[in-house]
Amino acid sequence: MVFTLAARELRSMFLSPMAWVILAVISALCAYFFLLYIDLYLQLQPRLAATPNAPGITDIIVMPLFSTAATILLLVTPLLTMRLISEERRSQTLSLLMSAPVSMTEIILGKFLGVFAFVSLMLALVAVMPLSLLAGGEIDIGLWASGLLGLVLLLASFCSLGLYVSTLTTQPTVAAVATFGLLLLLWVLNLAGSTGNEGGGVLSYLSLLSHYQPLLKGIFSSTDIIYYLLLISSCLVLSVRRLDADRLQH
Amino acid sequence: MTDDILIKVEQLTRYYGVQATNDTVRAAVDNISFEVRRGEVLGFLGPNGAGKSTTMRMITGNLAPSHGRITINGIDILDKPKQAKADIGFLPEIPPLYRELTVDEYLQFCARLNRIPRDKQTNAIGSAKARCGLSDVGKRLISNLSKGYQQRVGIAQAIIHSPAVVVLDEPTVGLDPIQIREIRHLIRELSNEHSVILSTHILPEVQATCDRVQIINQGKLVLSDSIEGLVQRMQTSSLRLRTKNRTNNNLLLAIEGIVAVDMIDEDCVQIKHKPEINPATAIAKMTVEQGWELLELTPERRSLEEIFVDITTAEQTADEQTEKAGVAA
Repeated sequence: MVFTLAARELRSMFLSPMAWVILAVISALCAYFFLLYIDLYLQLQPRLAATPNAPGITDIIVMPLFSTAATILLLVTPLLTMRLISEERRSQTLSLLMSAPVSMTEIILGKFLGVFAFVSLMLALVAVMPLSLLAGGEIDIGLWASGLLGLVLLLASFCSLGLYVSTLTTQPTVAAVATFGLLLLLWVLNLAGSTGNEGGGVLSYLSLLSHYQPLLKGIFSSTDIIYYLLLISSCLVLSVRRLDADRLQH
Repeated sequence: MTDDILIKVEQLTRYYGVQATNDTVRAAVDNISFEVRRGEVLGFLGPNGAGKSTTMRMITGNLAPSHGRITINGIDILDKPKQAKADIGFLPEIPPLYRELTVDEYLQFCARLNRIPRDKQTNAIGSAKARCGLSDVGKRLISNLSKGYQQRVGIAQAIIHSPAVVVLDEPTVGLDPIQIREIRHLIRELSNEHSVILSTHILPEVQATCDRVQIINQGKLVLSDSIEGLVQRMQTSSLRLRTKNRTNNNLLLAIEGIVAVDMIDEDCVQIKHKPEINPATAIAKMTVEQGWELLELTPERRSLEEIFVDITTAEQTADEQTEKAGVAA
């Protein structure tokens, strides 16, 4: 049932030009950055050859690419998640799901998986790009995989947060703006940590970015993974509860 | 029609917004109870904002009641929503359509959503399309269909899994007269296997399609009657007599059972009689004997509209009176 809902979501996305435009823009932007980083590497190469234990092409090309991709996707995800529930509310299609024999949890999971499947497709496009370097050199597949895992978890958190915000309103635009604001706030929370204020450590710990960076360096820490999984599941639980509250007296 | 009760609603109440502590809180639906048997078409009538849609949304699990119980085919919708909802097909006021899909894609999604086994889906979609007259438009985008066709897709969606209970909220709104007849025919046909609840404020529709009528006003059930009962209510104990020459009212009053004779105009009188005696034959005879020359002799009927207005406004004045009494006390 969850997959039926997810498939419908994905299908509707591809039936509008939006999905195609987003895929095209993301690929074009990431490809441009990819070329920039390759160029940078070619400039640095003579000096790198002289230094012992120098960073490899994965460190100089792939990881910055993943880091840039995360920023670009931060801007794009709110546009994907904004319509999830709010649009259904607006066009009154939610009652189709509400009167069908499906639970709220199934609806939310279906929606989440649908949008996450689309996001994974975007990620696949970005992730395959550096693999082309295999033709002329060697990349650190372990590091690449760790960076990709970070990106997947990060994007899943973006999606779940966006989904929750979308359950709060009937206006997709409001959902988009609110999601964007929240994500950006979570993204830059660690700036407060770096100024050395009291409590800065906590804020830095809550930041999405500070759990992504270790993965980009190839440090796989279960704390980071659990942080993302907690964020995702709490957003999903909140969404289910919010959707359920539509029926209740309030 | 059998004695098999498919929908049972007991003391259903839903308040607007936050339930205030004082008793001025208004209920959208106030303590409604009714039953619908298999094969019955129940018409829900009421002015705008009376609580028809709220009631229907509660029956279909879109809204949770503040108090009360709803059982669908013996299953409590609050305890086992999934099982109960499998027996419900619902067409809300605005059909819940994904406009970017084609009719076939949409109905396939609905079939899966209602857990129709994979091997039976094609059949289910085919028969729903055939019943709603959609066979020719399967490949078309829903957004390009006319309002009438969209409404039919909405109905197809509600009956695709052959639910025991079909709930239709104003199913004929926005349709042309031919389509309205087709939909009414479809509703009659549905009642062979399903129970149907439909809401409307088009009164002839109730007479044309329903077995039983419930009038709801300000959240309260003010009338619940069969169509036969309603027809009886429409008969009043008065006759209208039109003649070429002027009648002698005193002579008419002498006929047994006649209570009063009122002049309507020069050649027309309204004759009120006791309900148990029908004086029509006697009047006709007298008219001929006296040479008044009969033009018209008809029993007067109240229209459904008049009953409706009577009931809904009588309630209001009664309410106002109690309110005034409350203020005085």
